[in-house]
Amino acid sequence: MSDVAIIGIGIHPFGRTEGMTGLQQGVHAAREALSDAEMEWSNIQFAFGGSSAAGNADAMVNDLGLTGIPFMNVSNGCATGGSSLLSAYTTIKSGQFDIGMAVGFDKHPRGAFNADPEASGLEKWYGETGLMLTTQFFGMKIQRYMHDYGITSDSLAIVAEKAFENASLNPNAWRRDPVSKDTILNAMMVSDPLTKYMFCSPAEGAVALILCRADIAHKYTSKPLFLKGAAFRSRPLGSFEVFSPSLEIERGPSPTVGASEATFEMAGMNRSDIDLAQLQDTESGAEIMHMAENGFCKDGEQEKLLHDGDTKLNGKLPVNTDGGCIANGEPVGASGLRQVYENCVQLRGAAGKRQVQGNPKTAYTHVYGAPGISACTIVTT
Amino acid sequence: MSNQKPIAENLFTWPSEKPKLLGSKDSETGRYFFPAKRSNTHEQVELSTKGTLWTWTVQRFMPKTPYIGTDNPEDFEPYPVGYIELPGQIMVESRLTGVKAGDLKIGMEMELSIEPFVKNKDGEELMMFSFKPSKDL
Repeated sequence: MSDVAIIGIGIHPFGRTEGMTGLQQGVHAAREALSDAEMEWSNIQFAFGGSSAAGNADAMVNDLGLTGIPFMNVSNGCATGGSSLLSAYTTIKSGQFDIGMAVGFDKHPRGAFNADPEASGLEKWYGETGLMLTTQFFGMKIQRYMHDYGITSDSLAIVAEKAFENASLNPNAWRRDPVSKDTILNAMMVSDPLTKYMFCSPAEGAVALILCRADIAHKYTSKPLFLKGAAFRSRPLGSFEVFSPSLEIERGPSPTVGASEATFEMAGMNRSDIDLAQLQDTESGAEIMHMAENGFCKDGEQEKLLHDGDTKLNGKLPVNTDGGCIANGEPVGASGLRQVYENCVQLRGAAGKRQVQGNPKTAYTHVYGAPGISACTIVTT
Repeated sequence: MSNQKPIAENLFTWPSEKPKLLGSKDSETGRYFFPAKRSNTHEQVELSTKGTLWTWTVQRFMPKTPYIGTDNPEDFEPYPVGYIELPGQIMVESRLTGVKAGDLKIGMEMELSIEPFVKNKDGEELMMFSFKPSKDL
């Protein structure tokens, strides 16, 4: 079985783009990826893609070309992008096709997501009484975590400050103005203990990646990258997830723990092998908890790591080097692929002012979302 | 009291002198569920009315649909929510009443309280469960 290489990457800048549909942003990203790989759409043998609120990805063939390829729509909540990538990986790995595309895009209205209880298998009263909000879940999860492991609000602010700092060096990011720690801490509280600058917002954007059999990658690029591990998990018993009218008293691991373990096992690598990481930061607390859930530190160690600057661009393990969800927003279908895109840019040494120094060779991504799903990847040079 | 009714059936005993949340227990695994699950192996159980606050936050902006509390931002009052650990049973997510955000503490003792939530278009008061501190603050 062949390894799988990433040979083309494309992005439509994140944020708000008036006058352009999500699907059009997806087409933009797909064309950019094709041009990056110096190939035509007719070279693509299959595609997986999706959005959560901006239409069916396969409609992109109207713009890209009617080549008759299998183009599969993926709908998997916040792991839509990750699931597309994993599906593309498996398709190549199985030997069915040699070259394919994973694409994700989205365009959400302003403000928090609307939630439909019945679509999530819940009763109507849960939404009607104002309990079904993702923001509440994030506030409550980090509130308990801070209580258990001595994490301070100061650390929450450090994470957000870092996101805007990194984004100020990223031309594709949405919120590119630095925001000071004091401003972040003193901003309007959204869901205690999280202020408005600590949360990401639903937004717009698109990413496309072209993958192929590793043994033919050099035909298309002088610098292929390799997808060494990719895994997806849903929630196990005892995890603490969004949209839970009740929880088990006996606490268990999150889906992230399982997805991360499986990804490292598949890649045959350890946490210490990783040079930089993109971790789901729906809000600052999530990034902190995900540092531990992904195995990069123990619960509670984040307090010191953050105050020592270990996750900044010049730190021991740079995290969310492109500004993460906090500064890029979260177009659900594109978000997981943005993380992989950023890792590819960093591993190519093409990240400009936000380039992680020391010639990074390995990079990790982790996406997490409703209703308790997680997908991780490891990309190497 | 005839113009009051529960916001949903099978959520809590009502009308009742001492209302209780209705959950279910799986006879095969011994696990508790809330709201109650309908299944051959589940029996309906009344949940404990007392527990401790496991975590909390405050809903500070007015939720969008399907929220029915109000649709007028001027009428909206932020409300605390949390999970209440009912010992030996389950943790239940609930609105918290009778307490200010600044007084909420993980571990504090809480008890069930059934309170009017909103009036429906027929003028009936929809009753919703919440938890309030067991002791005066």
